[in-house]
Amino acid sequence: MNARWSWFNITSVVFGFAFLYLPIVLLVIYSFNESRLVTVWAGFSTKWYGELFRNQGLLDAAWVTVRVAFISATVATVLGTLAAVSLVRFTRFNGRTLFTGMVYAPLVMPEVITGLSLLLLFVSINFARGFWTVTLAHITFSLCFVAVVVQSRLVTFDRSLEEAAQDLGCPPFQAFMKVTLPVILPAVISGWMLAFTLSLDDLVIASFTSGPGATTLPMKIYSQVRLGVTPEINAVCTILIGVVSVGVIIASILTKTREVQRQRDEQAAFAQ
Amino acid sequence: MPSLGNIRRSFAPWEDPAAKPYISFQNVTKRFGTFTAVENLSLNVYEREFFSLLGPSGCGKTTLLRMLAGFEEPTEGELYLDGQPLKGVPPHKRPVNMMFQSYALFPHMTVADNIAFGLKQDGMAKPERDERVAQMLKLVKLEQFAGRKPHQLSGGQRQRVALARSVAKRPKLLILDEPLGALDKKLREETQFELMDLQQELGLTFMIVTHDQEEAMTMSDRIAVMDKGVIVQTGTPAEIYEAPNSRYVADFIGSVNILEGKVTPAGEGRIVLDGPDGRITGAVRDGAPATGETAWFAIRPEKIEIGRTPPEGAVNRLEGEVWDIAYLGDMTIINVKLASGTVVQAATLNRFRLVEDPIGYEERVWLSFNPDSGVVLRS
Ligand SMILES: Nc1ncnc2c1ncn2[C@@H]1O[C@H](COP(=O)(O)OP(=O)(O)OP(=O)(O)O)[C@@H](O)[C@H]1O
Ligand SMILES: [Mg+2]
Repeated sequence: MNARWSWFNITSVVFGFAFLYLPIVLLVIYSFNESRLVTVWAGFSTKWYGELFRNQGLLDAAWVTVRVAFISATVATVLGTLAAVSLVRFTRFNGRTLFTGMVYAPLVMPEVITGLSLLLLFVSINFARGFWTVTLAHITFSLCFVAVVVQSRLVTFDRSLEEAAQDLGCPPFQAFMKVTLPVILPAVISGWMLAFTLSLDDLVIASFTSGPGATTLPMKIYSQVRLGVTPEINAVCTILIGVVSVGVIIASILTKTREVQRQRDEQAAFAQ
Repeated sequence: MPSLGNIRRSFAPWEDPAAKPYISFQNVTKRFGTFTAVENLSLNVYEREFFSLLGPSGCGKTTLLRMLAGFEEPTEGELYLDGQPLKGVPPHKRPVNMMFQSYALFPHMTVADNIAFGLKQDGMAKPERDERVAQMLKLVKLEQFAGRKPHQLSGGQRQRVALARSVAKRPKLLILDEPLGALDKKLREETQFELMDLQQELGLTFMIVTHDQEEAMTMSDRIAVMDKGVIVQTGTPAEIYEAPNSRYVADFIGSVNILEGKVTPAGEGRIVLDGPDGRITGAVRDGAPATGETAWFAIRPEKIEIGRTPPEGAVNRLEGEVWDIAYLGDMTIINVKLASGTVVQAATLNRFRLVEDPIGYEERVWLSFNPDSGVVLRS
């Protein structure tokens, strides 16, 4: 860490970040472009944002997306947390390895496959595609992300806290709600944030599982871009970037404070 | 017959065959996989008793307590509380509170909320609850820390919060797993006496684990000494100290000199041990060892007299050279090396501030002791 900032280092960092963020920065800048032409700068303006709020199609899509993201993130958080708890707690049940593997498999599964298989499922059980199928699909794939985040917190959670609660008169479920959950809450919230943002910007799975009347924002943007990029789209994307960044930042702050807290606790414990 | 120690007890239900035990372990075994943590253990503890478990690390003390609190089920055997079998009763339904060795404080709650947790759970009204919390904070001297979170406390303060939290509900049975280990000596002694007062006042039954034998001696009605999952001896502090049943117990509690020898009966409840250190006459209490058997005479340092001249008429006397002197303030410990190489410890009380001509290093001295001052041990 003490290495000096050589020119080589600086250049690599600049190039790396430019590679990552230049397109995004361009997009944000051009969303404030006066001109209708996306690639020609004609002065600063926020008119496309105003335009955006008069575009019913985009607004509808955004509303669908937010609802899907909210519901799927919430359900995935509940289920993912439960999965994490059982994975950490019941270390010796039959088929635990298989269960663990199955919870984590969607993390590395190509989205196309997840989307396609869900589509096949919905078709075969004759489930009319629309809002709920997208939501279900998003629950399925974000659940495992939540499980991973919560599980990593639970392995360092001291079981005796829950025992102490039971000892003081709490039935096991209450002990979980009153002690375990508040303690692991930052991890659960960052799991929710993660699930929310994943759902918000998913295109592939949504395209497979959505139906008429349930077009999500990424789908809408994608279909409009095929007809040509408008500054309006840039504006939408800028907003989306804002929302996602805020989500990710909050999630990482929560994780960070948790980390700092833990270190402080540990230091205090060692300083006895 | 003279009694052991100088305390005449009015409270001794364990001597009364008609008394009903409050806690009863009956042939309890606990295994973790193939490892046996507690083996075929039977133990009765009576109501209002202050009972201590003493033993080296890993001997199964915490495991024993966890079975009582309901966090572990015995692999074999039965556990009774107040005559009721505890099998299958979940922890939250047992009238037992436990203080955890790891403290297990709730990190998201303040000190006061931690202490109030069990009271809230019982539905105690707020005014009463606040009063009880204040009382508990006072007990552990943490009044000005009520609003802090556990991570803002020192180790000893956390330990006191854990203690207060477990006492707050005034359970009929209080289980404390090393409650005072992290406290400094002065605070520890104060808390010990306050715990004893509390126990007297509320008529609670205490079961406590400690590594500190002095603490066990101070507080307990009875002590059980454990080793590798079994109880080696149970008895009052005086019994454990003055009449240990094995070298293990004698050595575990306090300092002791152990002299080995082959047994010859000497009549009148006495035997003679002939060993490398010379000939020692000892009194046998029960179960005299057979002639020719190897036995050990265990004697505490403070029961040995030390002098420069051969003591007149002493049954047991050993000659040696002063090897080491440790001045402890209230007493002085003198290590004497016998001709055989064995080092014997003698302790003398420093009753006078100024001593003329005290015993010094490398002096030849005589040690003497009464046959009744020590015990003959067969194991
Ligand atoms: N859940 C468990 N699984 C496996 N082994 C265990 C478990 N709990 C305890 N043991 C083992 O049982 C033995 C007794 O443990 P226990 O915690 O009762 O010791 P202890 O007497 O309380 O020691 P200490 O004084 O260090 O607290 C130890 O060897 C420990 O490794
Ligand atoms: Mg222990």
